Amino acid sequence: MMTHTPETDTLKIRDLSKTYGKFRALDTVSLGVDQGEFLTLLGPSGSGKTTLLMSIAGFIQPDHGQITLGGRDITHMPPEKRSFGMVFQGYALFPHLTVNDNVMFPLKMRGEKGAQAARRVAEALELVGLSDKGIRYPRELSGGQQQRVALARAIVFQPHMLLLDEPLSALDTQLRGQLQSELKRLHRAVGLTFIYVTHDQSEALSMSDRIAVMREGRLEQVGRPDDLYDRPANRFVAEFMGVENFLPPELSGGQHTLALRAHALELAAGRGRVAAHVTERDYYGAEIRYTAHTESGVPLRFKIAAGQGESLPQEGDAIGLDWQDKDALPLADH
Amino acid sequence: MQRKYNPQLTYWLLVLPALLAMAVFYFYPVSRVLWMSVTIPEPGLGNFAQLANSHSINRMLWTTLRISLISTALTLILGYVVAYVITHAEDRRKRLLFMAVLASLWISVLVRAFAWFALLRSDGLINQMLMGLGITDTPLPMMWNEFSVLVGIVHAMLPLAILPLYSGMQSIDPRLVAAARGLGANRRGAFWRIFFPLTLPGVFGASILVFIYALGFYVTPALLGGGRKMMIAEYIKVQILEVVNWGAGSMLASVLLIFIVVTLAIVSRLVDLRKLFGAA
Ligand SMILES: Nc1ncnc2c1ncn2[C@@H]1O[C@H](COP(=O)(O)OP(=O)(O)OP(=O)(O)O)[C@@H](O)[C@H]1O
Ligand SMILES: [Mg+2]
Repeated sequence: MMTHTPETDTLKIRDLSKTYGKFRALDTVSLGVDQGEFLTLLGPSGSGKTTLLMSIAGFIQPDHGQITLGGRDITHMPPEKRSFGMVFQGYALFPHLTVNDNVMFPLKMRGEKGAQAARRVAEALELVGLSDKGIRYPRELSGGQQQRVALARAIVFQPHMLLLDEPLSALDTQLRGQLQSELKRLHRAVGLTFIYVTHDQSEALSMSDRIAVMREGRLEQVGRPDDLYDRPANRFVAEFMGVENFLPPELSGGQHTLALRAHALELAAGRGRVAAHVTERDYYGAEIRYTAHTESGVPLRFKIAAGQGESLPQEGDAIGLDWQDKDALPLADH
Repeated sequence: MQRKYNPQLTYWLLVLPALLAMAVFYFYPVSRVLWMSVTIPEPGLGNFAQLANSHSINRMLWTTLRISLISTALTLILGYVVAYVITHAEDRRKRLLFMAVLASLWISVLVRAFAWFALLRSDGLINQMLMGLGITDTPLPMMWNEFSVLVGIVHAMLPLAILPLYSGMQSIDPRLVAAARGLGANRRGAFWRIFFPLTLPGVFGASILVFIYALGFYVTPALLGGGRKMMIAEYIKVQILEVVNWGAGSMLASVLLIFIVVTLAIVSRLVDLRKLFGAA
């Protein structure tokens, strides 16, 4: 459950900027993260996701702006003082230490020793299902197992927050799905705040409480997954949410550009709301995917379920397309 | 009938010239030296008995070992710091530092030895400065002794240590140190627990390289030691060219050779040599 009261452990980012030479990697980013929330930073490569995460973790010093945790300014606090668990892209396990020693590391750094520490290591490894791998070295583990060790190491010291930078991007689809649900289970089990970086739209949608969409160092939109999916603020976010069709006002007849998913467009019996002619037709077994162009050259993509028997449009055919108003997403700008 | 392409044969044909050159210019003279050490002046192990009997040879061997060990330790410490700085420098500065390291490698040992001579002798730059500042009244003896030999060897060896150390440090994922910091280690903790252990193979490799090189060093100790602190290479040269004692000379050359081979054999049992010298 998400609470929107200003809690003691709320992370607040205010007007954060970071430039490399003339290049703006972060441009006045402001964002609040609630205690226990699963927040995802979503954006294409180079949009500044890692830079933002590293600023939160304390590895990158921002040029401007402020980061506070529960009202305390942590902008210039060294990373080891912040007590954030971090899972790097590529895991960053210590290759010269066993799995046990890797997970023990943050405890050791906090002066915890002996049976108590060993028990917490065992618990963390059990949570990620690797109880039997303690005496192995990282190189003796599979990618997914390494990832889980990195996770155990990041949570064993009960951090305020878990920062994860594309932790699953190196894995195959099946393992990925499995670890996605493990991560969600973990989030529910330990009640930690998660800040999760990915450029995978479906991963973001399925896992997050809220998603922050980034583009060229700026936040484009922050909201719940269904907010972003059903009410994208602009064309960029809509495209990122998998919307294929954009009808400019002169075609839609309204005041705004309309965003329409491929499944929202259907073949009209007559002229329909938009006239176009078919330019591409691809057979996919269960469905046939079409691309049509309007007179003014706007591409439109739609699908027809296969096996409907009657005559389907061919390339070059003039057609009309319809949609329901409830499926159309009006965009605020361009 | 078409001849079948034989990769094995091609391979051997390609390395053959190098093998022949090695055989003629290297293995042959080395085996001659080994042979001479047990045949001149008469067949037997008489030459090797001097290892136990001759006071001057004994002293020289200890000097050689001591200087080699100390200079290896000093070179490694200094080289480690330099390699660390280069690894963490920005691109532009990195190139500059690299040029500086390589430049010192390209300047002849002879020139470098004379440069130290100018700095270290009793009316040299350093002594003048120390006396000018009133830190000392009489010039410090920094030339023609073990100190000057050490300085010269360390200086000559530094690039040799820096390069393998740097290549080792370069291959360490910088995220590991960042991860250590993120998990609660301060700078020092992250260095000693993560970075340093991961550079140990490089440290080991550089030590072996520098130590073996130092054992056989000739020009620098000969010039900066002034004949008073003689190391094995110079001693051999004196035996052969000045005393014309081929027996003792070839015996010591053999001892040096055998010592190095045995050292390498032991080391290779402990670690993967190819990895150590950057092959794997
Ligand atoms: N140290 C640096 N020096 C110069 N430019 C940098 C540096 N670090 C990042 N950048 C630039 O800042 C931009 C944002 O980088 P960042 O790593 O945050 O992107 P990202 O969103 O994480 O991308 P990806 O999905 O590919 O990991 C990129 O264009 C990158 O080239
Ligand atoms: Mg990134």
